[in-house]
Amino acid sequence: MLMFVLRRIGVMILTAFALTFVVFYMTNLPPNLEKLAKSEASVRMEDDAVISWLAENGYSSPVLQRYGEWLGVVPGWTRTDETGKITGRCIKAGTDPATAPGYCGVLQGDWGFSTVFKQPVSEVLARSLGATGWLMFWVMAVMVPTSLLLGVLSGMREGSRTDRVLSTFAITTTATPEYVSGVILIALLASATAGISPILNEAGWISGKTLFPGTATSAMDDITFMNFFLPVMTIALYGIGYIARMTRASMTEVMTQQYIRTARLKGVGFRQVVMRHALRNALIAPFTVIMLQFPWLLNGVVIVETLFNYKGFGWTLVQAAGNNDINTLLACSVVAVFVVLVTQLISDIGYVFLNPRIRLA
Amino acid sequence: MEDALSWGSILVRIAAQLLPVWVALIATFALSMTFKRRLGLYGRIFDSPVGMTGFALVMFWVFTAIFADIIITHDPLGQFSGMKNILPGAPLKDAAEGAYPYYLLGGDHLARDVFSRMVMGARDVLKIAPAATVVAFMVGVTLGLPAGYLGGKLDTSISFLSNLVLAFPVILLFYLLVTPEIRVTGIPTVLAAILFIFPVVFLTILLNSRFFTSPAKRNLYVGIVLVIGLWAYSGLAFNADPLGVWSMDPNMLNVFVSVVFVNSPGVFRIVRGMVMDIKTRDYVAAGQTRGEGPWYIMLWEILPNARGPLIVDFCLRIGYTTILLGTLGFFGLGVTPESPDWGSTINYGRRLLAIAPHPAVVPAFALMSLVLGLNLLADGLREESMKD
Repeated sequence: MLMFVLRRIGVMILTAFALTFVVFYMTNLPPNLEKLAKSEASVRMEDDAVISWLAENGYSSPVLQRYGEWLGVVPGWTRTDETGKITGRCIKAGTDPATAPGYCGVLQGDWGFSTVFKQPVSEVLARSLGATGWLMFWVMAVMVPTSLLLGVLSGMREGSRTDRVLSTFAITTTATPEYVSGVILIALLASATAGISPILNEAGWISGKTLFPGTATSAMDDITFMNFFLPVMTIALYGIGYIARMTRASMTEVMTQQYIRTARLKGVGFRQVVMRHALRNALIAPFTVIMLQFPWLLNGVVIVETLFNYKGFGWTLVQAAGNNDINTLLACSVVAVFVVLVTQLISDIGYVFLNPRIRLA
Repeated sequence: MEDALSWGSILVRIAAQLLPVWVALIATFALSMTFKRRLGLYGRIFDSPVGMTGFALVMFWVFTAIFADIIITHDPLGQFSGMKNILPGAPLKDAAEGAYPYYLLGGDHLARDVFSRMVMGARDVLKIAPAATVVAFMVGVTLGLPAGYLGGKLDTSISFLSNLVLAFPVILLFYLLVTPEIRVTGIPTVLAAILFIFPVVFLTILLNSRFFTSPAKRNLYVGIVLVIGLWAYSGLAFNADPLGVWSMDPNMLNVFVSVVFVNSPGVFRIVRGMVMDIKTRDYVAAGQTRGEGPWYIMLWEILPNARGPLIVDFCLRIGYTTILLGTLGFFGLGVTPESPDWGSTINYGRRLLAIAPHPAVVPAFALMSLVLGLNLLADGLREESMKD
């Protein structure tokens, strides 16, 4: 078991290095650097001015060396110009070059400076991850119980009317990506001209023009049911269908097992059989699925935060990518890759714990 | 000036406009139902109501895409004054002689007809999604078969690479891969060069392993595949077709390649898993004893026996690809602003959702129904293929 975990962690670290290098390489491609130079210095720069700007700011060294600098395993670049002034990666403006540290990279906790937000990346990331954390928490709190309940209810009696209805619901939500369900939900519940809001308004049931607000910007300061309902539902709906389908498949399989039949024949009530005998065995598979849903949730978060203008992790990623903010984009991808790999590891280990029949060499 | 249409008459008019689709659908169903016992797995779709519903939805969009030119009521790029964000069923102000007098599903933020754009969008989506899925399948199958069958170092390295791609958040990958800057560096061309060679390799190995005992036939078939395959390859990947038949817009190539790149590791995983299961069967051992080559066993013994789950996955994956294309459009990546594809229409429509929801809601429902159809079709196929 320990060996398995250690080997998995080894592969994980290797993957993390490979992926961050790919992102580093892609964001540091010559056209991107040129765009960066033009946006940082002057838009109407000549080609040789761009080259000298890049050289002055440490972008001319080989990619691998710069990746090392970013990681913090290679000393940061320093440069002495004609007047004898020393500039360098680790030398903050206005500080003495002699006291500056030799290494400054991710390993030293220095994530660089964001060119879009004009703030250190670590601050940007901390704020946006906090916001997204709340969103994820509420999505999980809605999605997991609902989907497990739906899955168990429809898998309990395969082919019954409840099963048909719930399965149709599940398959419809899996066919509805977040940008579709979000748009439909807004049109239905948060539009002044369509959906149910005008009707409610005329009847005098709601004071505002719309039932729910169309954005979640106010949730940055204060999360309420009103401003968080739509974004949470939009992300959760897609996951609910998928997890419910998995739970249903697992539940129907368990319900056909010999021990369920034995329990029924012994005279145990249906409710008891489901609660006592079937449920625990049926929930092993959905656990893995829920864990592996995280990468997809990340996608949903990016779409929903853009749609509802909620300034969390996904919104930051879109802003960074759209404005060629290399440091922020790199930090975002490190976080994303980390989340994906850790959830994969947890799902593998959790699967073994939950299912004693599986033995790992 | 005429009054706006009521919802009932809008529906009637849309149904009338879609007449060629209904005719084609009824013809397809009538023919398929008549001969369903002779059509194998395809015919068995018509035994399950779920599969039939899914098939009807999918074919509805396929025929809509085919007959899009007849169905549209206005030029999808044409703008008429006074029709900006106008409600569904509004009459056209001072319409020219012979022009369709209504905007059936309203106008968008640039006063274009939402209905016509939705219909043309179907064509855009159905041009890329199935083709990209086919290429992704060829890549996944060509790599997954040897990885599962031979195992060892080959398996370890390809699996590591595919896990690498799978661990990448899709949207981040799109933001890195589908930008105007990246085209300057030639990375899409390199990716296309790697990914597009797989269909040619796959077909060559497929035919070579089947016919290598009769060289005359083999030379003919493999020759044809190589000539046509490499011809198309040079045109599609490098835009260097000497005859100019095969070519791909660089924008489209970028989108196509990224979608294939994201999809193929998933296919690889499924194929590899199934090959590892099937290779322990007796008929594979029998083939090995007869002295069949490894590629013959992989392609002509194992692959046909894995077709059920692969067909089901194919349907689901077209749906997933449609969602991915919509995501690209939603973030405005790799598409021109005029493009009527559903993703970017939703993207433009969402900014005015509070005032005029219809420009975004119409393509949203279109995309949802197509993906729903594909999922239902996959479900029906799974049920029917499990009955064996």
